[in-house]
Amino acid sequence: MFNGKKIIVFGERDGVAGPTIVELIQAAGGDVVYSVTECFV
Amino acid sequence: MSEVVVKGCAYNIIHVPDFIRYGSKPERDIQSDPELLGKLTAHTRKFEDAVSYAPNQAFLGNLHPDKLHEIGNPWFKHPIPEASQTSKYGRMIPEDEFYAILKISDEFDLVWIDESFLPHLRETIEQNPLFDEIDSARLETGHSPENIQKKIDTEDSLPLFFNQKCIGCFHRHHEVDQALSAEVLMENLLTKATAGIAVRQLLKNTGLQPEDVGYIMSSSEEAIGDRYQRGGGNLAKAVGEMCRCVNATGSDVKAFCAGPVYAIVHAASLVKSGIFDNVVVFGGGCMAKLGMKYQGHLKHDMPILEDILGAEAFLITKDDGANPIIRTDSIGIHDIGSGAAQQAIMESLTVKPLRKIGLKLSDVDKFSTEMHNPEVTEPQGSGNVPLNNYRMIAALAVMNKEIEKKELMNFVKKHGMPGFSPTQGHIPAAVPFLGHAIDAMQAGTMQRAQFLAKGSLFLGRMSHLSDGMSFVLEKNPQAA
Repeated sequence: MFNGKKIIVFGERDGVAGPTIVELIQAAGGDVVYSVTECFV
Repeated sequence: MSEVVVKGCAYNIIHVPDFIRYGSKPERDIQSDPELLGKLTAHTRKFEDAVSYAPNQAFLGNLHPDKLHEIGNPWFKHPIPEASQTSKYGRMIPEDEFYAILKISDEFDLVWIDESFLPHLRETIEQNPLFDEIDSARLETGHSPENIQKKIDTEDSLPLFFNQKCIGCFHRHHEVDQALSAEVLMENLLTKATAGIAVRQLLKNTGLQPEDVGYIMSSSEEAIGDRYQRGGGNLAKAVGEMCRCVNATGSDVKAFCAGPVYAIVHAASLVKSGIFDNVVVFGGGCMAKLGMKYQGHLKHDMPILEDILGAEAFLITKDDGANPIIRTDSIGIHDIGSGAAQQAIMESLTVKPLRKIGLKLSDVDKFSTEMHNPEVTEPQGSGNVPLNNYRMIAALAVMNKEIEKKELMNFVKKHGMPGFSPTQGHIPAAVPFLGHAIDAMQAGTMQRAQFLAKGSLFLGRMSHLSDGMSFVLEKNPQAA
């Protein structure tokens, strides 16, 4: 699904953080062009 | 080496509905939509409604957080009858009284008050036993409405309001240095003033004389400095000065929301090593977070619940044989190599430090985590933060075979609590439960609580890291 795709990642501190999503996407062949984690509290 | 105890707490809530417009999110949105201000004003609470709001009563210490399960939803429609503004640990302060305290904490004449409003401020501050005639001597000089308006019109001063009426202004302290703009200085002075209330409250609660404080530590999230050192800080000593702690030194702990837990661990280290006997840790209020979730509240026709500043202070001192001890052999850290996965963070903050002292998760009576009031966060889609954390801790208990999977939610109810703290950044981070825990341990109804907080280092764009720290509090073994 992610092979060859460029991906922007938004993570959430109390949910799933950006670096964790990045690892998953990269393992699935995706190219992460931007990643950030936010905290909304 | 002697054990270290938490000898006392102070919790204050300061009701500031006229400052919602200066919260970071409302302030930006009002600029693009001026009609928003009227909608926010129409959804502001009266002081009495903020007092009788159940989560605020829990934060002050008048209501155990578990009692929130018994109160009908939504909480804002089920006020606590005959709720008191005062508690064992502190007080809710109305906005006009806070203006007096703001001026009292002002060393650089940043705050101008309308000369016709000043007598009212002098009257209100006389009702507050934490402030005396030396303080109210700072409320002598008022200014004409014309001069106030001139400052607003020509020198970027920000208008100050009470019941939507302009009663003064707040100045910048440099024509071009953005670090000394009125907006930044107002944010910083509000943190200082609220922290000063909490520290004075703590000294009153514990009976400790100001001159016997050895070290004072801030765990707040403001940035104090001019353009050459924007985060230089040491709010701690500014607050210590305001509270007449003439023999104290101090410094700030900066760890985002995890600040208060870090500061308490630092304080415990200073006391245990014998360098200082009495260390005060405080967290001041956060103006930037006012009205942060206003969109969710307006959408659901709720009052703007983020109309309050929170302030808290704690005394860390040598073992007195009575107060709960901090287990300095069970500090949880989130080390840099642990990664960002929630499970790894939670294991580092709960399972690992408990295992070090031969304990399991089930051996902790209550976990206190990020205690954000869910009634504030859920309407905006930010979820129930304490519940999410408790579910993760309970899941770890399942994975460690302490409980069956079907017992997960029972574990959450038994070892967790509904969130109740004002959503003021570092203020909700674990420590709002310290007062309740001290009460329960002294009453013999609780043996042990674990306090864990997380920090969002990635917000500063220097690192993608998450952060956290925890400590265990136990009933004093010498206590009856």
